[in-house]
Amino acid sequence: MRTLVVGGEALLIELDSADEVAALHAELLRRRDAGALGPVRDLVPAARTVLLDGVRDPAALGVLIARWEVPPLTREEGPLVTVAVRYDGPDLAEVARLWGVAPGEVPGIVGATEFRVAFCGFAPGFGYLTGLPERLHVPRRDTPRTAVPAGSLALAGEYAGVYPRSSPGGWQLIGSTDAVLWDADREPAALFAPGVRVRFTEGGRD
Amino acid sequence: MTELLVVRPGALTTVQDRGRPGYAHLGVPRSGALDTAAYALANRLVGNPPDAAALETTLDGVSLRAPAATVVAVTGAPCPVRISGRPVAWGAPVRVPAGAELEVGRAESGLRGYVAVRGGLIVAPVLGSRSTDLLAGLGPPALSAGMLLPVGPAGPDPVPGADAYGLPAAPSELLLPLRLGPRADWFTGASLAGLWRSALRVSPRSNRIGLRTEGGPALVRARAGELPSEGMVLGAVQVPPDGLPVVFLADHPVTGGYPVVGVVPPGPALDSAAQARPGTPVRFVRAR
Repeated sequence: MRTLVVGGEALLIELDSADEVAALHAELLRRRDAGALGPVRDLVPAARTVLLDGVRDPAALGVLIARWEVPPLTREEGPLVTVAVRYDGPDLAEVARLWGVAPGEVPGIVGATEFRVAFCGFAPGFGYLTGLPERLHVPRRDTPRTAVPAGSLALAGEYAGVYPRSSPGGWQLIGSTDAVLWDADREPAALFAPGVRVRFTEGGRD
Repeated sequence: MTELLVVRPGALTTVQDRGRPGYAHLGVPRSGALDTAAYALANRLVGNPPDAAALETTLDGVSLRAPAATVVAVTGAPCPVRISGRPVAWGAPVRVPAGAELEVGRAESGLRGYVAVRGGLIVAPVLGSRSTDLLAGLGPPALSAGMLLPVGPAGPDPVPGADAYGLPAAPSELLLPLRLGPRADWFTGASLAGLWRSALRVSPRSNRIGLRTEGGPALVRARAGELPSEGMVLGAVQVPPDGLPVVFLADHPVTGGYPVVGVVPPGPALDSAAQARPGTPVRFVRAR
């Protein structure tokens, strides 16, 4: 763990793996909910870091956090969200080819994977989901699409994600869902908030 | 409830308040007025609470028609202000008679103007803020001709007397205190030393997301490779592959993958950045 001061009121904690980020993020939430963290405006996990923004004394907080014993995350920790997906994405065949399986086997592989929202970014409610083993990581498309439909289930690198709204995007699209990923009037507004566990089931509009 | 009619929207006029900090973990930028002091002053001049929503104009102002009498104040970039064609004070509360047109003219210096209306604009809030966020697509759209802007009831505070208020002039040179880190070690010592005596200028590609720079010299990477995306703060100075610093403003993305060489503290320096026109020389000054 490495702690880096960011300006006058933020602290960036750098870790070695996505698992360590998830474990520290969960520990930070536990301590914040218990009132044991002190004031922090934003708690932002990312690929290998957690940012604490809006804190009083980032250097002192960094010293403190570096001394913590952070327990590894258990599989069952965090709320579980199940999302029904139609495997009708235009890149389904390409992803199957990269995985060395038939397109019909993709739903089973994705469905057997326990995903976790590592962090959000790109757009409100766009969660970066980890959980795919390294052999199933696929590259981005050479040419990004100018418009990816809302609800597209997509893969790129170590991540899976669902586009909350139509936007440009370079990820490989394998399916689509009617689930509402983002609703500013809902609490929480994002279906995929950091720490949420996600399972994809095969199913369509009925 | 009264509604202001947008007659001329201007180049880019948006509704802004203090933004929506606290939702970065869901991918929501903070947004909010860029020149925080000018925005706060506009509200104070019309007796509004400090977080009332106002308009932020860009360079060429805005024109509005008020169906009912109201009080407005224009601050930020100095500009001519007219009501029904007659010049009125800038930087002071002015009464708008029922049916009159308020014309906020082109900025004489600076970039962004703030138009506060007594009672504040009460467009529907999203996540606790009425700010327009064009990047994230949250809040009301940018102003367009014919749009109606609902105005709230006046609060208990009176409209203050027409004092002379000190308003900082738009900068001829943009001085930005910079606290190095967290990724200053991604750049060579020589190019970092050069940052303090660079000939950077504000790029015309600047916007509410960031103040981009041009000129140089560029910062030079001391290491190859990519930085995994990490959380970004307001005032972060991100350095894309071209080596020319970008100062993150209110609409900045919550995470970014280019190294942050340092941070400009929020406050007067970032307020000045909001008013710096393209071509303005930029000088970073080392801060601790």
